[in-house]
Amino acid sequence: MNLALVFDLLLALMLLWSAWRALAAPNATRAVVMFIVFGLFLTLAWGRLDAPDIALAEAAIGAGLTGALLLDAVRTLGESAGADAGGARSPWRWPVLAFSPLLAVILVVAVLEAPQQLVDLPAVVERNMGLSGVTHPVTAVLLNFRGYDTLLEVAVLLAALFGLLALAQGAASAATRESFLLHTLARLATPPMIVVAGYLLWAGAHQPGGAFQAAAVLAAAAVLLHLAGLLPAWVAPGRLLRLGLAGGLLVFLAVAILPLAHAPLLTYPPAWAGALILLVETALTVSLGLVLAGLFLFLSGRSLRDEETR
Amino acid sequence: MPDSAREFFSAVFLVIGAFFYLAGTVGLLRFPDVYTRLHALTKADNLGLGFLVLGLAVQAESLAAALKLLLIWPLTLAASATVGYLIARRARALGISPWLRPEDR
Amino acid sequence: MTGLELPLALFLMLNLIAALFRVARGPTAADRMLAALLFGTTGVGMLLLLAYAGGHPSLVDVALVLALLAAIAGAAFAGRAWTKESDDA
Repeated sequence: MNLALVFDLLLALMLLWSAWRALAAPNATRAVVMFIVFGLFLTLAWGRLDAPDIALAEAAIGAGLTGALLLDAVRTLGESAGADAGGARSPWRWPVLAFSPLLAVILVVAVLEAPQQLVDLPAVVERNMGLSGVTHPVTAVLLNFRGYDTLLEVAVLLAALFGLLALAQGAASAATRESFLLHTLARLATPPMIVVAGYLLWAGAHQPGGAFQAAAVLAAAAVLLHLAGLLPAWVAPGRLLRLGLAGGLLVFLAVAILPLAHAPLLTYPPAWAGALILLVETALTVSLGLVLAGLFLFLSGRSLRDEETR
Repeated sequence: MPDSAREFFSAVFLVIGAFFYLAGTVGLLRFPDVYTRLHALTKADNLGLGFLVLGLAVQAESLAAALKLLLIWPLTLAASATVGYLIARRARALGISPWLRPEDR
Repeated sequence: MTGLELPLALFLMLNLIAALFRVARGPTAADRMLAALLFGTTGVGMLLLLAYAGGHPSLVDVALVLALLAAIAGAAFAGRAWTKESDDA
């Protein structure tokens, strides 16, 4: 039995175990901790599956930012959050427990028995890489061949932030006890984090990386600064912040609409494709960084709107 | 440096790193309270990472790759030191008292 | 590539599992926060080893990002002033 198989089996086991512990946790904080643990194992799993782009996104957004966001949510909503929404004592757990393995078996069989692909997508992508303007296939697909999907995803993220802004109310009352060490770490670590974000953005053209991952690192730097007390929680966004938040989507839209006079939406002229993609990715990095940071910073220490005051 | 010497040094560093990781885990499991466990985790595990990074940097394919590896260690050191301190402070605030030897109680 | 990378990755996985036993067991809330420290060291180590064990070299970048974000999650966990009831975790 070779070692890689043993590693993968342990990994699969730990994925199941951490998922179980996350769902069966007695209180919300433990559930979030196990969720972050699950995120780590998922990052490893993506690494083993040869998907470093997703691994990057999972490490940055799934385990890191979402974890911090959930911890803050638990702190604001209290430990009983979600306690009455079913949970480990629900009578529904028997049919669910019976159905889930069945579903897993069906999925495994379906994957194993999947018919031969009619179109060999990787080969098609490979053939057209010259037209895409970049040398990394994932970036080519995300920003060029399937750019429409990415455009809409960015719009969705922005819409999520709008929803958040509509719900958050009250003065920010984040009570972080002052810590000199955290303060120093934030000041020391922020410049390298900005450099790493820039590196990920630049590298996205020829290796795993890109706007989302770079944005996540930027947002993490903002969260760190906030936790250290160096960046106050955001209240209503001012003009500059609004420009920053919407800027990425606007640039992307502008680039998409540009060729409409003579070609379909989002057609990049091949000679310009590389430069256009870099432009869009840079704008997206800044914007998405602000959006992701805003998800944390607009809510920090606030309560949600009650039923009565709606 | 010839390849075989590189591989040898790399292997030595990697094994030393693994040993320190083991020490950290043993400490984590066996030490009597959270403060002592913090010692195990922040010191031993980070040293393990340091040797690991060194071992891999020795066999890195380019200077840039080696430097990128070596960059990871000081960052994790700074992060571990801060987070370790924060956890200890939190534990103190929660009222978790340090373990004392029987003769000191 | 020395051939040691994959066995050591497996070794680190076993270490992580053993350490998670402590995180899950507690008994105090502070013990659970040790999870954040664990990922910054053991998780990063595993990713680095996997990168050199025949995996994609970009896993080193993933390790770098994980190191940074584990610190954030840890600081968020341990650095915030919480209500008393959440401290019974």
